[in-house]
Amino acid sequence: MPDATELELTAQELRDLDAESVLDTEFHRGRAVLLVAPSKAKPVLEHLQGKGYTFLASLHGVDYYPQEPRLGVLYELLDMRRVDRISVKARVSTDAPEMDSVVDLFPGAEFPEREVYDMFGVVFRGHPDMRRILMPEDYEGYPQRRDFPVGGEPVLFTFNEQASYGKDL
Amino acid sequence: MTSLTEDYRRREESITLSSEPAGTGETHELFTLNIGPHHPSTHGVLRLLATLEGEVVRDIKPIIGYVHTGIEKTAEDKSYWKVIPVVERMDYLSYYFNAMAFCGAVETLLGIEVPPRAQYLRVLHLELNRISSHLFWLGTSALDIGAIGVFWYALREREKVVDLFEMSSGQRMHTRYFQVGGVMEDIPRGFDVKVRKFVKEMPSRADQYADLLSKNQIALERLRGTGLVDQETLLKLGVTGPLLRASGNPWDLRKAQPYCSYDHFDFKIPVGTTGDNYDRYRVRHAELYESTKIVEQALEGLPEGPFIAPDRKVALPPRHELATSMEALIHHFKLVTEGFRVPPGEAYYPVESPRGELGCFVRADGSAKPARVHMRDPSFSNLQAFAPMVRDEYLADLIATIAMLDPILGGIDR
Amino acid sequence: MEIRREPVRDPSDLRIRQLDARDMLQGDLEDEDLNRYVEQRVMTTTLDKAVAWARGNSFFPLTFGLACCAIEQIHIVASRVDIARFGWEAFRASPRQADLIILAGRVSIKMAPVIRRLYDQMLDPKWAISMGACCSSLGVFNNYALVPADKFMPIDVHVPGCPPRPEALAHGIIKLRAKVQLNPPPGWRERYDAVGTEELLPASTESPDISVFRPGDTAGA
Repeated sequence: MPDATELELTAQELRDLDAESVLDTEFHRGRAVLLVAPSKAKPVLEHLQGKGYTFLASLHGVDYYPQEPRLGVLYELLDMRRVDRISVKARVSTDAPEMDSVVDLFPGAEFPEREVYDMFGVVFRGHPDMRRILMPEDYEGYPQRRDFPVGGEPVLFTFNEQASYGKDL
Repeated sequence: MTSLTEDYRRREESITLSSEPAGTGETHELFTLNIGPHHPSTHGVLRLLATLEGEVVRDIKPIIGYVHTGIEKTAEDKSYWKVIPVVERMDYLSYYFNAMAFCGAVETLLGIEVPPRAQYLRVLHLELNRISSHLFWLGTSALDIGAIGVFWYALREREKVVDLFEMSSGQRMHTRYFQVGGVMEDIPRGFDVKVRKFVKEMPSRADQYADLLSKNQIALERLRGTGLVDQETLLKLGVTGPLLRASGNPWDLRKAQPYCSYDHFDFKIPVGTTGDNYDRYRVRHAELYESTKIVEQALEGLPEGPFIAPDRKVALPPRHELATSMEALIHHFKLVTEGFRVPPGEAYYPVESPRGELGCFVRADGSAKPARVHMRDPSFSNLQAFAPMVRDEYLADLIATIAMLDPILGGIDR
Repeated sequence: MEIRREPVRDPSDLRIRQLDARDMLQGDLEDEDLNRYVEQRVMTTTLDKAVAWARGNSFFPLTFGLACCAIEQIHIVASRVDIARFGWEAFRASPRQADLIILAGRVSIKMAPVIRRLYDQMLDPKWAISMGACCSSLGVFNNYALVPADKFMPIDVHVPGCPPRPEALAHGIIKLRAKVQLNPPPGWRERYDAVGTEELLPASTESPDISVFRPGDTAGA
């Protein structure tokens, strides 16, 4: 992991290139996170890719429900030469859940971006095939948002068997 | 004759029987074949829309989601302790690895140390799980390419490994053996005897599988030269694990970013040369030997000590203390009803599962339930490499490539 | 090691049976003796029961596994717990040739219509085993993504466990075999619209995309 000072240097570099790209840095329990503005996420990733973080280990979404902006997209990058990991976090709100797709930088982002769209509703501009991947195509709602109910079925016993199951549904 | 059959006859008579390589520049019409979710050779419910030109696959589109279980959403609803069985059922052949990734992430957030005995026990079970996962892969893949005999032998070995799991934790699969802070229970008496016996006979059994498959003419013809992808494409697609190692890149998290005292053990990483299906088979087969070595070393070097972190706020106190100590009773009560609280933060913990990099991202918000659990599944990223692997290959090679890709749909769909 | 030799219970019994057999073959047994002879040696049954007995011992399961329970299902095919002891080792890939579907694993909402279509394509009489907790009652995962199999298809035997041991599944299939050999009426399947087999008729036999050979049209076939 880059330690805290190296993280600050990286953040400073990025701020030199573009003043509003990096909003914040976090270093918690050995993990370095750069908080970037969503519109600048792609240039930041491109810069980091040039610095050596060529492997996209994970792309996933998080719902920070009570805090706005609500939907976060995290990119976990890995530098295989120096064995170094860095995370990039971008947060969008539900009113404008759009970001640029990084499929041209990391072709391995195709499926994960579809999954973030499916589960959280963040649309990635420029993605070759932006549709649902895990839920059925015509499903409504974004399941992993915090305000989506967990759902489930009532347990089937003999007394409610006839009523709820079978043709009489 | 109707015009349909006339046309067919004419086309049939015009085909010259020569051995043309696939894709000679003549375009015939493209035909979409649905290799549906229910198919004997897709390992799990994977649906493939294959666009074929004759027998040659031109494009493939995997459609997944047929076993999507909402594991990550369910995990947000349960306390940390109870998330472990939920998350274990994700990649259902490597259950200890799922639990390891999650426990590692929570331990990072809590900042607690796992005692050395627990670390060695964890490594022992992880490597046994790796052996059992590779044996199952070997059995079903050999079944797919037609070597049905290997299936029976591989499952016979797997029964032995699963017996060991049953001995240590009571369950054959999804054992809930790893807990946050260590393992649930110490190994019973007689476990080491059985493990030693297994370790002694496993290499000779692996030799038997090699005798059946490695120099077999049919296996060579089906696997050699098929499913070739170069290393750069794989790295760009985010592929890790035996697929990447078969193409020549020796990236293994156990050596590169050692976790859970893997650096105490002496083992090698099998690396392939070309990256075709045959290399993938050889890499996984060689990993059987290496994992057996690690199991032996872990057993011989097992240190004394507690098997779970002594921090009572996180791990249950031993039962005999409950009768005498009031604090132990209170801790037990709090842990069982509410669970332990984790200070706010985010952690990503990667482990090397039999299929690649399995990472667990946990976001804690200070309460007793995680706010977000995401498992980065290796098969999910490996499936993206499937399309370049089978482009311009025959349909029969597609089946062999699915087998060598080793997708586990439970992990892909979560 | 002790070898025990037991005398024949009544030494004359064996002799009587031998003489009876000789008389029967010679055609000399009469009325009472003939009845007793037949009762002792020949099993009488109705055709239904015989057919049900044969059916129960020769299931063709469908190769169908969804998730973790499929691993234990594959272990039941392997040598330690051997499904071939029951005669059920002929797993068929095509639903039209299978008469048992073992739902091994969790049924998600995307997969449910697929499973129902597979079940419809199976030939009557067909049976279903729901293996594991997830398809019987959602198991560990009571959430938006799963549906219990009872909601859309009739299940005959539920095998609990997560995952059930191969021996537990063997117990379940023994129960199913016992059920089948009693030849139960299919009445309750009507609640699920699951009587009979689904057959697809071609939409139009004149379509130029599908070449359908009509009977008698052997030239060019």
